Amino acid sequence: MKKLLYYLSPHYPRMSVGLAIKTVGTVVELFIPWILGYIVDSVLPTKDRTAIYLWGGAMLLLAAVAVSFNIIANRMASAVAREATRKIRHDLFAKISYLDAADVDRLSVSSLESRLTGDTYNVNHMIGMMQRLGVRAPILLLGGITVTFLQDVRLTLVMVATLPFIALSVYIISKKGIPLFTEQQRAVDGITRVVRENASGVRIIKALGKSDYEKERFDRVNQDAIRREKKAGLTMSATNPLITFFLNAGLAAVIVVGAHLVNGGLSDVGKIMAFLSYFTMISNALLAVSRMFTMLSKGMAGMGRISEVLDMDPTLYVPETAGEETHPSPFRPDDRSTPVVEFRNVTFSFGERVVLKNISFALYEGQTLGMIGATGSGKSTVIALLLRIYAPDSGEILLSGTPIEKIPTPRLREKIGVVFQNDFLFADTIRENASFGRDVPADRLAVAYAHAQAEYVANYPEGDGHLLEIKGANLSGGQKQRLLIARALAGEPDLLILDDSSSALDYKTDARLRATLRKEYGATTTVLVAQRISSIAHADLILMLEGGEIIGRGDHDHLLRTCAPYKEIADTQMGGMTLAE
Amino acid sequence: MEATTVQKVPRMKKSTVILRLLSYLWEHKIWLAVAALLTVAANVIALWGPDLAEDAIDAIKGPDDVDFGTVYQKGIAMLLCYAIFAALSFILSAVMIHLSKKVVYQMRKQVFEHLVDLPVGYFDRNQTGDLISRLTYDIDTINASLSNDLIQICAGVITVVGAAIQMARIKPILMLVFAGTVPCLIFFTVYRTKKVKPLFRRRSAKLGELNGYTEEMLSGQKTIRAYGKEEVMISRFDRHNDKAVQAHYDADYQGSVVGPSVNFINNVSLALISTFGALLCLSGKLSLGGLTAFNLYSRRFAGPINETANIISEIQSATSAAERVFRLLDEPAEEKVKSGDLPLPSPLGEVELEHVNFGYDEERQILHDVSLTVKKGETIAIVGPTGGGKTTLISLLMRFYDPNSGEIRIDGQNAYTTRMEDVRRAYAMVLQDTWLFEGTIAENLCYGNPSVTRREMEAAARAARIDDYIRSLPEGYETVLDENGVNVSKGQKQLLTIARAMLVDSPMLILDEATSNVDSRTEQKLQAAMDELTKNKTCFIVAHRLSTVQNASRIIVVRDGRIVEIGDHATLLAAGGFYATLYNSQFEGAEE
Repeated sequence: MKKLLYYLSPHYPRMSVGLAIKTVGTVVELFIPWILGYIVDSVLPTKDRTAIYLWGGAMLLLAAVAVSFNIIANRMASAVAREATRKIRHDLFAKISYLDAADVDRLSVSSLESRLTGDTYNVNHMIGMMQRLGVRAPILLLGGITVTFLQDVRLTLVMVATLPFIALSVYIISKKGIPLFTEQQRAVDGITRVVRENASGVRIIKALGKSDYEKERFDRVNQDAIRREKKAGLTMSATNPLITFFLNAGLAAVIVVGAHLVNGGLSDVGKIMAFLSYFTMISNALLAVSRMFTMLSKGMAGMGRISEVLDMDPTLYVPETAGEETHPSPFRPDDRSTPVVEFRNVTFSFGERVVLKNISFALYEGQTLGMIGATGSGKSTVIALLLRIYAPDSGEILLSGTPIEKIPTPRLREKIGVVFQNDFLFADTIRENASFGRDVPADRLAVAYAHAQAEYVANYPEGDGHLLEIKGANLSGGQKQRLLIARALAGEPDLLILDDSSSALDYKTDARLRATLRKEYGATTTVLVAQRISSIAHADLILMLEGGEIIGRGDHDHLLRTCAPYKEIADTQMGGMTLAE
Repeated sequence: MEATTVQKVPRMKKSTVILRLLSYLWEHKIWLAVAALLTVAANVIALWGPDLAEDAIDAIKGPDDVDFGTVYQKGIAMLLCYAIFAALSFILSAVMIHLSKKVVYQMRKQVFEHLVDLPVGYFDRNQTGDLISRLTYDIDTINASLSNDLIQICAGVITVVGAAIQMARIKPILMLVFAGTVPCLIFFTVYRTKKVKPLFRRRSAKLGELNGYTEEMLSGQKTIRAYGKEEVMISRFDRHNDKAVQAHYDADYQGSVVGPSVNFINNVSLALISTFGALLCLSGKLSLGGLTAFNLYSRRFAGPINETANIISEIQSATSAAERVFRLLDEPAEEKVKSGDLPLPSPLGEVELEHVNFGYDEERQILHDVSLTVKKGETIAIVGPTGGGKTTLISLLMRFYDPNSGEIRIDGQNAYTTRMEDVRRAYAMVLQDTWLFEGTIAENLCYGNPSVTRREMEAAARAARIDDYIRSLPEGYETVLDENGVNVSKGQKQLLTIARAMLVDSPMLILDEATSNVDSRTEQKLQAAMDELTKNKTCFIVAHRLSTVQNASRIIVVRDGRIVEIGDHATLLAAGGFYATLYNSQFEGAEE
């Protein structure tokens, strides 16, 4: 609720004007039946036809005012809803962008996605609706009650006595409703998850003929969602009948009490009659209120899910502070004897599972670090820590002598070029995929394509303006990897990280790529992860990892002599053709 | 960052959409009948309430002239009447919720099942997020409309008809006013609806696009972070967001006219009735009581019309949402397009390709005149430069795509006329792009063949060199792999998918860069298992590590979509062609 008000507060002036206009429009509408009463009571007896025409004209005029004011107010309400939603979505997306990766993993992409669109949509709807019905209904309600008060205070009090019951039932139901809607939205996360999995695994699912199984799996989440939706729907649908009942019970009471009053000469029948007519107005207003509460509960449930994310704080992201530019880049130390990257006794675990144990190494400017090791030995994790996507449990990571947590994250990532395993391409032009939001000039991109051996780009009639399908589906595995490498090179990085990113390249292309990298990016500090010894053999420092520990370090020759597992790999891969011999 | 999925497709007619929506309801006609019955019952009872009230008031004549017996009797009757009404309307809501949930359930099921049956290429062209948006937001919108609006319209119709009858009884001539305003109302509503429809359609579409972008960017978050490009992506998100909120606003902007306008027409008719009624009164053609009563009823008449006007925009949302859902359902499913019906119950594993030509789009042909005959039990290695068409060839074998011309036969039977299911079951497959779903490791391993025993599963995991790792996890085989499999490395995922393929009993095997992220030591240890896996099976292996392909019975070199060389390792090496160059190049790096 507080969060919602925060987003509405900049629009208070606009909302107030809108609400004022809406109030006028609604009140004017209330006058129309009142004029009718006036014609019947006061004009008809005078038999003045002109007056009748005049009052009739007045009714038309008021109707015209009502329609224009209501439309204006409704539009203003929609504008407020638009602005508030725009901001909420922006903030939510921005928050997610900077959130700790661990938190994103925990919340899951499916859930974040449904919060970003589904929940914000409900909030959008709620804000608009609250302003439209939120004024009209109470005014009709208050207006109805006021008019009845003017008629007869005692009878009105009898009717008003039912309001607490109504308020209580609405309160209890919407209190129950919010968690139910939250559950319902959570079930939608499940649907999102299964659809995402199916979209990404479509080939395997079809290959294994598991379509029926997937249908069953979806059926489970679907049923779960339906069950929750039913529960929420049923609970909310109790509001309407309850309100109608209480209200009409009040009306019955009014008649009975009225009968006593009339009997005692304290009131007259006409007043009870009038009550009947205003009653319709009050009951319509209350029903509108009940509809509003359903929307409100749904919207508040959404807002709750949104706030949950908004209230999280990124702990790893270090924002840039002014005037703290000690280095032009964290990868260009002042003094060449300071290592660009230094790990000191770094330990890291995912949950309870220790992934890296006491990792220490130092990498100097212009050097190349090669990492090799069995799958799951922790190579990619070292890179994730180096990029500060995760933070180590213990130990220190220093970049050019500065602890990584002291370096503003934007500066840290500004001069990095990285390719992950199975990295991400999106449905846009090749150019945009390579430039990746950095506005890299065309000539630099051309160089990057050439260096990355992505000469195929030039074969498209539209060159790098060629549109990629989703996840780059219209490229082959090797073409994707070369484009990703071009992306990494395009920014002229100070630190280049390639995580097993040439696995889909044939040897020839890979060899050319390596030669180019050495020639053109010799001065760039580089981290390479590879399965092929040939890819890292030239590295200044090679780390052989196993089970999250370094079991061998040194250059190729050194490792061949000292590290048996390394030699074993080298022997099998190179058929005995090793450097040392 | 425009979505590439926007295609110009002919609009669906609104009446078609509504009829189609109604056909879903029609399947539950019994419930529909119950709902209709309840609606009538509840509203008739509701109409009875005011009568009781009038009777009670009639018993109040004046001071000391009140028939308390009647007053109390009618009062209690009123209580009862409304209690029954409340109960009935609650039951009605419950029935409608039940009904609409049945429809929603069915719709989601239908959409998803259709999605699963769509050809592979559909997922390359349509953002997952947009598909999700259709399955969640669009169907939800339809649901909201079905469960609320339908009752309201039904109830409204009954009240309006009831009130009209009452009014006609009092003074038919005044009904003439409605003869003027009701057509006005109808005309106005139809006119607005036409005007607003594209806006609502846009609103659904933009939300879908936003979700598509969101899904794409959330999937690539790691890279965005690594490049520190959060700001850029946020500003692009903002662009999509702006479009989505603006589309929402535009629909609201036009939609918000409807409610007040309908009210306006109502008010005008009230004003006309008052004026003419008053004039009629003056000329003695209508009693004062008649005028009051007439007005009371005309207000009751206006109420539901008003309500209906308010939900018109909801119905609009629902039809545009439904249109998006139906459009997806109308995408031609794979089965319908190309599945034949010849069974292939126990394929031996002989494959022939004859003059196969293929391109993903018309302009760019990927494979040119590929012909190949593979005997049972052969291991065929496919090598060649990237982008040459290796993976495409595999896709054709699996019938993810069908050739533009030429024929593929399995055991001499045209794959094109064979049941899709049987074609796919003939192969087990391990792709470079590993895919695991959220479920336990055991579930993932047995995915391709749920009938395997625990022992067999563990044996496969051991053979795939992943058993030790699985056992090191706190929950072992029952460890739940989450969505992104964050706690499993890429190489481990590949090992899991290899184990999964080992458990599939099929005569043919496809390994497309199956071990590219597995380190060579593990790969070597895997070799025995792989040999076991490939034994007696027809295998197609795409690999860059030429060590893996040396032992293949035949190696085919695919370059620029053509088979340029074919033969075993020794022959090809001796021939000194492209393969030989490729083979020798793997040592170049280390020779410097």
